[in-house]
Amino acid sequence: MRSVTQPFRADFRAKALNYIPKSAIRIPNYEDEVIMGKNILEEFERWEKTTLNKVISKTVEREPSFKTTSHIEMKRLYTPLDTADVDYCRDLGFPGEYPFTRGVQPTMYRGRLWTMRQYAGFATAEETNKRYKYLLEQGQTGLSVAFDLPTQIGYDSDHPLSEGEVGKVGVAIDTLKDMEILFDGIPLDKVSTSMTINSTAAILLAMYIAVAEKKGVKSEVLQGTIQNDVLKEYAARGTYIYPPLESMRIVTDIFAFCKDQTPRWNTISISGYHMREAGCTAVQEVAFTLADGIAYVEAAIRAGLDVDSFASRLAFFFCCHNNFIEEIAKFRAARRLWARIMKERFKAKRDESCMLRFHTQTAGCSLTAQQPDNNVVRVAFQALAAVLGGTQSLHTNSRDEAYALPTEDSVRIALRTQQLIAYESGVADMVDPLAGSYAVETLTNEIERKAVEYIEKIDTMGGAIKAIESGFIQGEIGESAYQYQKEIETKKRTIVGINQFQIEEEPLRDILRIRPEVERYQKEKLSRVKKERDNARVQETLSALKKAAQGTENVVPPILGAVKAYATLGEISDTLREAFGEYKER
Amino acid sequence: MAWKIRVLIAKPGLDGHDRGAKVIARALRDAGMEVIYTGIRQTPEQIANAAIQEGVDIVGLSCLSGAHNYLFPKVVQILKEKGAEDIIVFGGGIIPVDDIPGLKKAGIREIFQPGASTEDIIKYIQENVKTT
Repeated sequence: MRSVTQPFRADFRAKALNYIPKSAIRIPNYEDEVIMGKNILEEFERWEKTTLNKVISKTVEREPSFKTTSHIEMKRLYTPLDTADVDYCRDLGFPGEYPFTRGVQPTMYRGRLWTMRQYAGFATAEETNKRYKYLLEQGQTGLSVAFDLPTQIGYDSDHPLSEGEVGKVGVAIDTLKDMEILFDGIPLDKVSTSMTINSTAAILLAMYIAVAEKKGVKSEVLQGTIQNDVLKEYAARGTYIYPPLESMRIVTDIFAFCKDQTPRWNTISISGYHMREAGCTAVQEVAFTLADGIAYVEAAIRAGLDVDSFASRLAFFFCCHNNFIEEIAKFRAARRLWARIMKERFKAKRDESCMLRFHTQTAGCSLTAQQPDNNVVRVAFQALAAVLGGTQSLHTNSRDEAYALPTEDSVRIALRTQQLIAYESGVADMVDPLAGSYAVETLTNEIERKAVEYIEKIDTMGGAIKAIESGFIQGEIGESAYQYQKEIETKKRTIVGINQFQIEEEPLRDILRIRPEVERYQKEKLSRVKKERDNARVQETLSALKKAAQGTENVVPPILGAVKAYATLGEISDTLREAFGEYKER
Repeated sequence: MAWKIRVLIAKPGLDGHDRGAKVIARALRDAGMEVIYTGIRQTPEQIANAAIQEGVDIVGLSCLSGAHNYLFPKVVQILKEKGAEDIIVFGGGIIPVDDIPGLKKAGIREIFQPGASTEDIIKYIQENVKTT
C-alpha cells in the first residue's frame, strides 16, 4: 500500500520538472542523507579553497580575527560540522523540561509575555508612587523598586553619611510610613514587585509584608523578588554592611522564612548584571553568577534546608550587552549549566529546582552620553537578544541614563521598545526560535564549557566566598574592564559616537534632577514618625532582634515586629551591626 | 631631575561603582605615576587625610551617585583647612554639565564626564602637576 507522502512527491516532482528548468532545482534524494556528514566536510574545504579564497586572496577581512567580549573567536561561518556532537534530546531537549536549554516553560511567550519591569525610584515615596502609576498606566506589567544608597546601606536619611545621597539613585525609605506611601493605591495581590535591595533586604521584605497586611493582602499570595545577593556586593556593587558569614546567615534565614510565609516570593536574585557592568565578560558573568548560586545553595543546605524546599524560589539576574549572538547563547548556556549543576551536584529531585528563571537588564555600561538617541537603538538590540534568550522579565534602559535617572518621556520609549518587540516583531510567537542555528548552538556550548572551567577553578579555591575574600573575582573583573577600555582607546573596538562617527554636540540638559529639598523633607518626615510612634515598643522589638541575631533564631520575624512598630531602617540595621559587626574592604 | 607624579584616586560617599576609578588608577600607573586608590565608601575627611599622608600632588574624586555637589567641595574645604590647598582636586563620574561651574567655583579644578578617555586624564595631570 502506498504511503500518504508518495503520491504527493511523485506529483510534485512531475510538476516541478515540467515548469522549472532542470538545472535550477534539486529534488531531495533522501538516500543521500546517510553520507551527508562526509560530504559537508569535503564541500566546506572545497569552498574554502575556491569560492572563499577567490575573495580573501584579494581583499582581507575587516579584522585579522573577530572576537566576542569573552574573547571567543567568532568564526566566519558555522556549519553542521560545528554542532556534529550536539545531541538534540540531551543538549537542547524541549522547553519546560530538563536541561531547559530552550526555555523554562513549554509555551514561553505564547502563554505569557515576559514581565515588563522597569527599575524605578527617586526622591520621595510620593514621587516614586507617581512614577509607578505612570509606568503601570503605560503598560508595564510588574514593579521594580530602586532605593537610594542610604536605604541600601542601612542608614536613615538623617545619618551623617547620608548627606547629599538622600533620594538620588532611588527612593528614600526610612520607616514603614514611607513604604505605605510608596505602594499607595497599588494592589499588592495583583502586582508583583521586585526590590533591588541586598544587605537590608530582610527589612524591606518585612515592610512589604506589613504594608500588604494593612491592605488586607496575606503574605502567602505576595509575588515578587528581593535581590538579596550579598556576595556580588562584595565583588562588584558595594552596598554590603556586615561580614560575609553573618550576611549569609541573614540570606538563609530569609530562605527559611519565605518558604512557609511567602511561598510565591523569589527569595534571591543571584546577579551577574553588576559584575558585567563592572567590566567582566559574558563567560565570566555566567561563571561568577553560578558560582555565587552554588555558594547560596551550599549555605542553605548547611543551614539545614532541603534543596527542593527552597531551590525553586531562587531567581537570577543577567545583563544584556551588545554582541547579539553571544548574549543569546549566554542565556541558553546559563540555563543548561544551572540545570546540570542542580541535578548532578546537588541531586535536586524536582524539575522546578533546576530551572534558571531570570530577569534581564540591558547593559547600562553600553550607553553613551554622546548622541544619546543612539542608546534607543542599542537598547532595542539588547532587549531583542534577551527575548530571544528566553528571559522571564526585562528592564530596558532609557536613552538619557548616561546622564541621570530617566525622564518620563525617556522611560516611555524604553517601555515601548519592549512592547514593540512583543507585539510587532513576531519573535514572541514561537519558542526559542534561534535553536539549531549552527552559530548559536556552538557559542552556547563554548560559553558553557568556558564557564565550567572558571567554576572548577573557583571550586579549588574553596568556593565563591573564598574567591571573593581573596580578591580573585574582583581581579578578573578589573582585568576585563581594563582590556575593554584599552580596546576602545586604541580603536580596536568601535563605539559609535565615541571613537568613530562623533559629532559636535551639546550635552543633554533636559534631564531628571533631584531637588535638594527632598533631603530636608525626608528628615522632617522621619523626625515626625519618631515622635509619634511608641518608642518603648520600638526598643522592645530592637532588643528582641538583637537577641535573635546573637543566637540562632531566625531574624526575619523580629525584624517584622520592629518594622510594624515603626522602628527605622537605620535602627534595625544598627542593631544588626552591633550583633554582626561591619565589613571592611581589604 | 623629575620625580614621579603622585595621585590619589578616591571614591567619596556611598557610591560603590568603581569600574572607572580602578581603570583610571591602572592607566595612570601604566603612564608612570604613583597611584593610591582608596577604595569605596570614603568620607571627605578620610580622603583629605590620605592625600596629605601619602603626599600626593593631585586627587581624583569619582562619584556616580549624584552626591558630588556636597562631597567634592567638602574634600577641597578640608584640604584647605589642613593647609594642603596646593593639592589639586579634580573629579569625574556622573556629573551634570550644569553643576560644573559650581564645582569649579568651590575649587575642583576639572571635571571629566562620560566619554572621557584615560589619555585625556593622563594628559591633564601631566600638564598641571609640576615635576621638577
